[in-house]
Amino acid sequence: MLRAALKSLLGRKLRLVMSTFAIVLGVGFVSGSLIFGDTLNRSFTALFASTVGDVVVRPAGAGDSMAPSTVTIPASLQPNLAAVEGAARADGNITAVGVYVIGENGQPVGGNGPPALGGNYSDAPAGHGLEGLELVDGRMPERTGEVAIDDLTAEKAGYEVGDTVPLVTTTAVPEMEVELVGILGFSHGGSLNGATFTAFDTRTAQELFLDGEDAFHDYWVTAEDGVTQEELRERVAEVLPDDLEAVTGDEAADEAATELLEQLSFITTFLLIFAVIALVVGSFLIVNTFSILVAQRSRELALLRALGASRRQVKRMVLVEAFVLGLVGAALGLGLGVLLFIGIRFAFAQFGLDLSTTPMVFSPTTVLAAVAIGVGVTMFAAWLPARRTGRIPPVAALRDDVALPETTLRRRFGIGSLAVVAGGAAIGLALFGDPPKAGYVLGIGALAVLLGVAAASPVLGRPVVAGAATLFRRLHGTVGRLAGQNLQRNPRRTAATASALMIGLALCTTMAIVGSSAKASVDEAVAENFVGDYVVSNVFGVGFSPTIAERAGKIDGVASVSRIRFQYTEADGEGTVVQGVDPATLTDTLDIRLESGELASLDHGRRVLVSAGTAEERGLTVGDEVSIDVPAGEGDFTVSGVYADNPLLDEAYLMGLTTFTEAGWPEVDNFVFVGLAGGADRAAVKEGLDALVEKQAMLSVKDQEGLAEEARGPIDTMLTLIYGLLALALVIAVLGIVNTLALSVIERTREIGLLRAIGLSRRQMRRMIRLESMVISFLGALLGVVLGLVFGWVLLTDLADEGLQVISVPVGQLVGFLAVSLLVGVLAAVFPARRAARLDVLEAISTE
Amino acid sequence: MTWTAAARVVDLVKTYGAGNAQVRALDGVTVDFVRGEFTAVMGPSGSGKSTLMHCCAALDTADSGTVQLGETRLTGLSDDELTRLRRDEIGFVFQSFNLVPTLTAKENILLPLSIAGRRREPGWFETVVETVDLGDRLGHKPKELSGGQQQRIAVARALVSRPAIVFADEPTGNLDSRSGAEVLGLLRRSADDHGQTIVMVTHDPVAAAYTDRVVFLADGQVVDELRQPDREQVLEVMTAMTAAQLAAGTD
Repeated sequence: MLRAALKSLLGRKLRLVMSTFAIVLGVGFVSGSLIFGDTLNRSFTALFASTVGDVVVRPAGAGDSMAPSTVTIPASLQPNLAAVEGAARADGNITAVGVYVIGENGQPVGGNGPPALGGNYSDAPAGHGLEGLELVDGRMPERTGEVAIDDLTAEKAGYEVGDTVPLVTTTAVPEMEVELVGILGFSHGGSLNGATFTAFDTRTAQELFLDGEDAFHDYWVTAEDGVTQEELRERVAEVLPDDLEAVTGDEAADEAATELLEQLSFITTFLLIFAVIALVVGSFLIVNTFSILVAQRSRELALLRALGASRRQVKRMVLVEAFVLGLVGAALGLGLGVLLFIGIRFAFAQFGLDLSTTPMVFSPTTVLAAVAIGVGVTMFAAWLPARRTGRIPPVAALRDDVALPETTLRRRFGIGSLAVVAGGAAIGLALFGDPPKAGYVLGIGALAVLLGVAAASPVLGRPVVAGAATLFRRLHGTVGRLAGQNLQRNPRRTAATASALMIGLALCTTMAIVGSSAKASVDEAVAENFVGDYVVSNVFGVGFSPTIAERAGKIDGVASVSRIRFQYTEADGEGTVVQGVDPATLTDTLDIRLESGELASLDHGRRVLVSAGTAEERGLTVGDEVSIDVPAGEGDFTVSGVYADNPLLDEAYLMGLTTFTEAGWPEVDNFVFVGLAGGADRAAVKEGLDALVEKQAMLSVKDQEGLAEEARGPIDTMLTLIYGLLALALVIAVLGIVNTLALSVIERTREIGLLRAIGLSRRQMRRMIRLESMVISFLGALLGVVLGLVFGWVLLTDLADEGLQVISVPVGQLVGFLAVSLLVGVLAAVFPARRAARLDVLEAISTE
Repeated sequence: MTWTAAARVVDLVKTYGAGNAQVRALDGVTVDFVRGEFTAVMGPSGSGKSTLMHCCAALDTADSGTVQLGETRLTGLSDDELTRLRRDEIGFVFQSFNLVPTLTAKENILLPLSIAGRRREPGWFETVVETVDLGDRLGHKPKELSGGQQQRIAVARALVSRPAIVFADEPTGNLDSRSGAEVLGLLRRSADDHGQTIVMVTHDPVAAAYTDRVVFLADGQVVDELRQPDREQVLEVMTAMTAAQLAAGTD
């Protein structure tokens, strides 16, 4: 029996290739993302391991966040540390964020994503004797005006030892030109993964980043041979004052790696979601293929039943075939996954995250996952058609025309409706209740609705198909009537094929609506709340030197300048944003309304304002205490007011700038709002501001419209990325249509031969197939767009309190989707229609 | 093999369709098939001969009456039990589409055994292959064989599991007279040399002449019987039946 199964599989190679494709794609996505995740992991773990010493001495509590801080350790500590038993040496480090190397082309290298770091040059080895970043060319910087840069950055920027390099910083010296005297690198491979590092001599670094203080941000203590990190750490801790702590290099590296990888995990999640989509769509393809294959082989299967094969044996045959298919698909999918990984790695390199020096991590887990998914999904999808083989009556082997008994559509409709209701309930729960893991509940609910509609689609699609049949009859006469009848003859198959497309288009429509609404909301938010004239910022909110605001204030015609700074941290244990604002000037350019308390209260003391939304969520009122993690240590702050939710200010805590700086955060601005005096010369002011930021290549000066446009940018990028990935799911769906049509042509060979024999021309035959195809894709698109509208509305309701106030339905785009679906139908029919038209009439008639 | 009688049918009734379109294919058929004999079932189209065979061969179930194969009553058996019967005790030769297109001749012959998971009897397979005289074609696929050769492979398959009874439905219907004669001769030899019980449905008097006994059906009932028939006798009965039908029709 096994042999019979395998033989029949091989006998129909071409027909199975298409369904394997879906599995290959889905498994490819999964393995690609797993490989990427693993490689990312190893890369950063290795990176952080080689950028910490054996023991790290730092301000207490500083390890809790990756945020830069201004808290320092005096240089006088160094001899104490070096004298500790078991310490080979102790070196001080200064590390600052926001030192950009401007390349030969005038653009900064990196900075959007991986940090642009600056610091002092130190030749201390990394923990465990690992090679850290060291000189590979030239010499170390010795005085102001000299720097050393990491090799990849120097290469990208186009500089060599001896060149003059322009730098942009966030310090009191926003622009400077220096001489490149040395190149740094990891001599044994390894890289900074896209971050840039500019090293100054220690004294200059102290002047630039620590206001001239003779201090460091942290110390590395290197262990002598034979001394473990833990031993050294204990001894070092003994000589430290209370406000400092010592941690082993391993621990520090682990902290940093974990935090970063958590932030980056969204990438892997993103890719896996698309893998799931591809697999769901692919399952439809497989169900269809196996259904058709079973129907085609009913006579053969009936013969086996007549000869005494039990129902189970016959069913098992089909499942064995599915198993083999899944295995083959998984193997090929793994190969695709490797290719995908290379592609993703390349794509990220364009965005600055450089993983090119890390070898690909191909773990056994990935292989297991690929096989499990490939085989699992295929067998799951083939199960229903396999079950149907049990219903083939053995006597069918003797009859000419085999029709598989079909269960009523009513049952399917019932199950489908149930699934939709259940899914809807889950979605409602996720939106209006507050279940744990609300995101997953929403996702599962949406999936249930999709599958439910797919199950019910034969009934739902009936009016559409009937309408099409009538239309065809009017337009194309007999050919039209035949096409219409063919579609109505097997509503299951029509609907199942259309369902795959439906899923893809539902998602596209949802994205289109959400994207369009997001952009509209941004426009409205900016228009409503931005009452100033200009804003200086970077689209990603990257910080810049505070001197920009100072100089802006001196331009003729400028009446008011207001800075805003922000940092991510934790308040009462939950992640949040703290924004530093100037209470005196904020309302000149931002329309902020207070529900209670006063803005002026922020000008001194440990006080914060909290947004209305946050206040409601955490039950806060004026007078309550909030515990916020700041670089100067965790501290309590008093709520002195509640401000109405404002999309330009995020749901956050507001601090006065003085308090912000006292908390230990660096004096780096993220936004500067500029208000003009009445009667000022707009053009002149704009010119002056532009001149200010000319050398700061990542900044720009925008008016209200420009701000909105800049904010829309990332939304468009995101949409493009999502559409790109959805396109793959759509490809699978379209292939499903081609597959179904091709197989149905084969199935109807004798019938087609008959039609041709009695006079249907080749052209008419092609038209018949084409009409069928167009209806299938249109049905899928229509259902998809309708579902997408529902999902989009649901999603927007959920996101309304996160800034998506406006609901905008891009009707033009949606109509476009429908129109394109007709085109897709035409294209999908090309190959099957040609096949049908080219059948040899006599051969077709006498086909078994 | 250890059966007391090969097959016994008592008062079998089978109808198809409903209401106006209802057809009474079997209208109370009672007949015995003797062990070791080569029996033919004949009748004009619509007489119910194929239906009778389907019901006897556990391919279909009658509405009322009993079918007994050896000591086993078919009525009331579950699908699994019927399946087992077809696997172990019954052999089939159909008019067309007998072979699985993707398997070779040899694999097709051994198919019932592989379905049952049984090993083949040493020597029997060779004997069967010799009997059908296709030893040099065992590795070929069905589409590489002529119609007659395909039918002989089908007969070999029916014989190889040594079933208690072989049912053949118009086995020579699609064959030219020479190939047909080969297949019929083959069936005759199995009955003579190996004691195989064979029941053959046919409309061809030439085929009927190969058998030990012919049972005639008309309008769902047994109407006549011949022993050791020759072609002329069969033709005579058939002509008479047809004339009767025509006469009844013009009334």
